[in-house]
Amino acid sequence: MANGNAVNEKKEPFVRIIKCDNTPRWYAWSMRAVAIVFALLICAVVIVAITGLNPLEVYKAMFEGAFGTERRIWITLRDMMILLCVGIALAPAFKMKFWNIGAEGQILVGGCATAACMIYLDNVLPLPALFLVMALTSMAAGAVWGLIPAIFKAKLNTNETLFTLMMNYVAIQITSYCVALWENPYGSNTVGIINSQTKAGWFPTVFGQQYALNVMIVLTLALVMYIYLKHSKHGYEITVIGDSENTARYAGIDVAKVIVRTMLVSGAIAGLSGFIAVAGASHTISVNTAGGRGFTAIIVAWLAKFNTFTMIAISFLLVFLQQGACEIASRFNLNDYASQMITGIILFFILGSEFFINYRLVFRGKMSKEA
Amino acid sequence: MDSMISLIQAAIVFGTVIMLGATGEIIAEKAGSLNLGVPGIMYLGGIAGLVGVFFYESAAESPSKIVCILIALACSMTAAALGGFIYSLLTITLRANPQVTGLTLTIFGSGVANFFGGSLNKLAGGVGQISVATTSSAFRTMIPGLHDMGVVGQIFFSYGFLAYAAVIIAVLAQLYLSKTRQGLNLRAVGENPGTADATGINVIKYKYLATCIGAAISGLGGLYYVMDYTKGTWANDGTIEGLGWLAVALVIFATWRPKNAIWGSYLFGLLYWAYFYMSGLTRSSQELFKMLPYVVTIAVLIAISLRKKREDQPPAGLAVSYFREER
Repeated sequence: MANGNAVNEKKEPFVRIIKCDNTPRWYAWSMRAVAIVFALLICAVVIVAITGLNPLEVYKAMFEGAFGTERRIWITLRDMMILLCVGIALAPAFKMKFWNIGAEGQILVGGCATAACMIYLDNVLPLPALFLVMALTSMAAGAVWGLIPAIFKAKLNTNETLFTLMMNYVAIQITSYCVALWENPYGSNTVGIINSQTKAGWFPTVFGQQYALNVMIVLTLALVMYIYLKHSKHGYEITVIGDSENTARYAGIDVAKVIVRTMLVSGAIAGLSGFIAVAGASHTISVNTAGGRGFTAIIVAWLAKFNTFTMIAISFLLVFLQQGACEIASRFNLNDYASQMITGIILFFILGSEFFINYRLVFRGKMSKEA
Repeated sequence: MDSMISLIQAAIVFGTVIMLGATGEIIAEKAGSLNLGVPGIMYLGGIAGLVGVFFYESAAESPSKIVCILIALACSMTAAALGGFIYSLLTITLRANPQVTGLTLTIFGSGVANFFGGSLNKLAGGVGQISVATTSSAFRTMIPGLHDMGVVGQIFFSYGFLAYAAVIIAVLAQLYLSKTRQGLNLRAVGENPGTADATGINVIKYKYLATCIGAAISGLGGLYYVMDYTKGTWANDGTIEGLGWLAVALVIFATWRPKNAIWGSYLFGLLYWAYFYMSGLTRSSQELFKMLPYVVTIAVLIAISLRKKREDQPPAGLAVSYFREER
């Protein structure tokens, strides 16, 4: 900056950052697409550097891993639906700027509740009643897990990020406890497939597809949550609190009540995704039932700006990467943590691209012409 | 008595890992960066140190212990600081959401570490488990003559040098934060970046440096885990992630003071290992016992919000992005 500006002219910074509120949609999405392309290029460089494989072969293998056969498509769909369901659970909480990092724990307690019903009630209740009880207890368990930090936040303003984070680990230990309690066969340290003979409490096949019910439940939830957030009074209150708590108070919204109510909903849906993960997918329970989805779903919800339909696309992208990486791992004899690495790189780029969507850089010299 | 001593030893070794993680995170959080990427950073620190010395040990005829240690420290701290730099770049310059960025960093770090940890040996053309015996033994060398001084020696002097370095780093961090002008500036940035900026403090520079240096220190926790706790091997079992979150918990437990992190980390270690030394526990009730450190942290969190003592609260600007233009 030391070069010859006129003496009385004010020094202009090299670059200015200007906030843009009305970025057109096509621009935002093309920015994100560019970010993903860049991320894939970086990943390709990494892949070549490490393995010496042709990155195009690797991406082709990923595609086949996720969609190669009908069964793989359904597994991709199944995993995507569980992730999406957790994302739906988190949307209202995050929209309210309540940092619910505790979905992992809420899924696990929901899963434990489901497994408990499957184990203890399979001969007691008729099937429809069993399903109802499973769904309700899992939601209740998740709701309790969400409510505890919410109440402390509402009453004492206890930091919810850290509180919900700790609740995860309490839930993980409870799950380990349940696994040790229910282990089958004895000494295996796993619960094994629950009710593998009777299939009591398993999701029934619909249209001949094992996972069709999962898809139907979660897509319905996505629609309901979309309407709840966009077109209901509750949703409006959540939005106002998220934008400014003081404004909400001034407008006469009972902030404490809304926080507790929203976390009840959020926790209950997270618990329900535990139900889907156990009864509709794995038919067992372990500390890996949540498998980091509670954290990944935060990213899904955040990047989608809490729009449940955008979440479908993002959870699809992430699950595609995971399935694809598993395939690469087995085909090229690597390990499937590569998917986490690739996911991380892509997410970094998408997070970074948000800046270029929300802000414009104006370089020195252009300002005066525009103004 | 013997079981008492081995419990204390286990607690101190365990505590050192999370003490380093927490000290680094305290520095970052005091400057307002809620870096939830601590587990990822510890992963990066651990694997980078391991990979660095792995190549050195397999290339050198007779690896020198000093060089091993230096390579491990340099690789570990550089990789961890790079993790911190990615976080800083995204949250400070590109204004991304801190929590989401931190979680992404955790996913990325654990992916990188477990990928290389799991396939390093295969890529290098060997078989079986990677092991860096020389370096690990260098890291676990105790002070000669002191560790065999009976009970005192066993309790105080039976650890590698990083266990003592951790305490020294924590003490220095405490002194830096509470006694120096720079430390005061750093805390001002974390409490109210707008005011700090107005007084002429370079907010961006402080945030970047605090996050990156904090990350380098947290990364040492991962290195200590790999070199000392698992004796220079790698296991894809996700333990570092659990320890990383425990380090985040310890930051709260210590009410953002490194000096409290010192005894807090040992206390967490005692709580974590207590089940092992309790008689009459079944395997399932042991699992319930292991939740103690987390329950204690929740209790502390509630207690500090009940007491409302100003100096115990999280930094006011924690996880609040600062944009000068939007002040």
